[in-house]
Amino acid sequence: MKFLWFHLMPYRELPDDFKDRHPSVWVDIHSSLFDPRRAHHMYNDFLDELEFAAECGYDAICCNEHHSNGYGLMPSPNLVAAALARRTTDTAICVLGNSLALYNPPTRVAEEFAMIDCISGGRLIAGFPVGTPMDTTFAYGTNPSQLRDRYHEAHDLVLRAWTEKETFAFNGRFNQQRYVNIWPRPIQQPHPPIWIPGAGSVETWRWAAEMDYVFCYLSYYGYKMAQNVMKGFWEEMARLGKDRNPYRAGFAQVVGVAESRQQAIDLYTGPAEYFYGRCLHVDARFAGPPGYVTEATQRAGIESQIRMAAQGRAASGPSTNASSATKMQSLARDMKGIVDNGYVIVGSPDEVVEQLRELASTLNVGQLMLLMQFGNMATDLTKYNTRLFAEKVMPKLKGLFSEWENRWWPQPMDPRQRATLPAFTPAAAE
Amino acid sequence: MSEPATTTIALNGFPTRVWRKGSGPPIGFLAGYGGLPRWVPFLDRLAETRTVIVPSLPGFPGGDRGHTVLDTHLDWVLAVRDLIDQAGLAGADLVGSSVGGSFAAEVAAIWPDRVSKLALIAPFGLFDEKDPATDPWAQKADDVAALMTHNPDVWRKLKEMPAGANSIEWPIEQTRAAEAAARIFWPLGNTRLARRLELIKAPTLILWGESDRIMPRGYAGAVAAAIEAGNRATTETRIIADAGHLAELDRPDEVAAAILGFMG
Repeated sequence: MKFLWFHLMPYRELPDDFKDRHPSVWVDIHSSLFDPRRAHHMYNDFLDELEFAAECGYDAICCNEHHSNGYGLMPSPNLVAAALARRTTDTAICVLGNSLALYNPPTRVAEEFAMIDCISGGRLIAGFPVGTPMDTTFAYGTNPSQLRDRYHEAHDLVLRAWTEKETFAFNGRFNQQRYVNIWPRPIQQPHPPIWIPGAGSVETWRWAAEMDYVFCYLSYYGYKMAQNVMKGFWEEMARLGKDRNPYRAGFAQVVGVAESRQQAIDLYTGPAEYFYGRCLHVDARFAGPPGYVTEATQRAGIESQIRMAAQGRAASGPSTNASSATKMQSLARDMKGIVDNGYVIVGSPDEVVEQLRELASTLNVGQLMLLMQFGNMATDLTKYNTRLFAEKVMPKLKGLFSEWENRWWPQPMDPRQRATLPAFTPAAAE
Repeated sequence: MSEPATTTIALNGFPTRVWRKGSGPPIGFLAGYGGLPRWVPFLDRLAETRTVIVPSLPGFPGGDRGHTVLDTHLDWVLAVRDLIDQAGLAGADLVGSSVGGSFAAEVAAIWPDRVSKLALIAPFGLFDEKDPATDPWAQKADDVAALMTHNPDVWRKLKEMPAGANSIEWPIEQTRAAEAAARIFWPLGNTRLARRLELIKAPTLILWGESDRIMPRGYAGAVAAAIEAGNRATTETRIIADAGHLAELDRPDEVAAAILGFMG
């Protein structure tokens, strides 16, 4: 099993009454809540935390892209990845990722990812999300009716830019470039591993399978709520004749580990309630711009609701429509709800091992993304969580799925051939 | 209220519904935001003295997935011109509401021979930063009705699934109509129509619901001024009391009477 340490970079100082006084953490969150001088410290703490995770032995450190978002201060994850490339040596750098349709021209993504791959010596995992409605259609103004077509076209362009040896003209529906010829080019050949964050869309699963990419389900609602989605994913893989290699799939899980379950609850209640209460407080107005969800996925969602209703039960876990997130948020009013519903895995190291084994076996996921800084968690607690997990939890799970080959992991340069980084003091060695 | 005759034409290869009812000189109607999932009383009023012809816009109810091949503004206006020609409306009087109003204005501006007299009900296409139009797509589902019509029940009834309809396809079709509008008007509704209004040669009636919560009533004056700036057409403006954005749904009698009176 691979362990990827994932930072969202949430603004840590949203006010206590945020949820009552502000309609949304996303899109139209008020600028008066942002103090750049406090953000200076947050960014530096967050980068320290990511570097610390690398020192602790996580397989990868991850960042992602959000816009106008109080819980994700990374409009450009590539800036963060570049900084990390210079302060880490062997850890994979997972950018999950660049929302392709937002880049004009999309070759910008091919270029910047190639830069990160070169600087890091071939350690990049290239994530290509469509992007949330909030990021893409509202904050960035991309047309929801064209978003997916633009995404797919941009993907084709980036892939060709990485792999074609000669300058070529790209004559797309939305993008036209006479001279495509990126400098630099990626170290990893034919290109860095491509991972696709997504949700319950059958079309995305099929496409990821067809392209042989990793599908990542980035839920904030834990493995218990993810059963339906991942069951659907693996059933679709079976239909397509793909094997059950768990490394085809990634899953994000919020985790808080301590000496005992009670201590974990004491330590992580504040950050968890902050995360679910304030960070995920998104105005429902922004959940579903028309066209964002494809008609095939709408159809599947409505059919499943009708099926559930006919069987006299409510849908458990996320369906494919965006409003399901609103429903799940309503279950996360306090720490008891958060823990009982399995959104956050908390406990002693052994209890966390047990729950992650269950996660791994029920979801059949080999690329495990860990959210170990969440909400307003301070750096010292983040490092405690990160280190304890690395020392007491990771070793017991590392061997999981060792019978499978992870074909979707970076192939960096031989360490002996890589550049020597200037000296710095690794935080974990202090 | 009897049902209209329905014919189907091919628009860019997509089967597209055309409703027809009444007798007398033809008058066309291009529907507003959300389209027409069912026949409405306003069209009956027009059909009392005219042959009312109602072609569906691409992606709107009756318009299949025609919006999916329209990427640019030019694609859209060419499609609507084709629609008008195929529906037998070339040279006829034309009425457009909201989204359809914007297209009616475009056709009248770019192909003046296509439109005899024009009526625009709170057309899309303009945006004023000092008096911004409401974002119709960033709304909770339950809030949309009160934004579209003065009496929210009017919109709800329009969109209510009829007995015997396909319970899966009906809601998808309604979402598709919102998507089709988004496809051309995202994110602000501003297609820079104001720059082309001066090309209009058809005498134009501008109608606005007094309580329009989508398109500010101040835009009525901007539309009239832009048309008259070309010195090619005259305009007349009427504000409809107790009517919202889709005034023809709230006040079918008043809106139809104003239009028929103007068209003569």
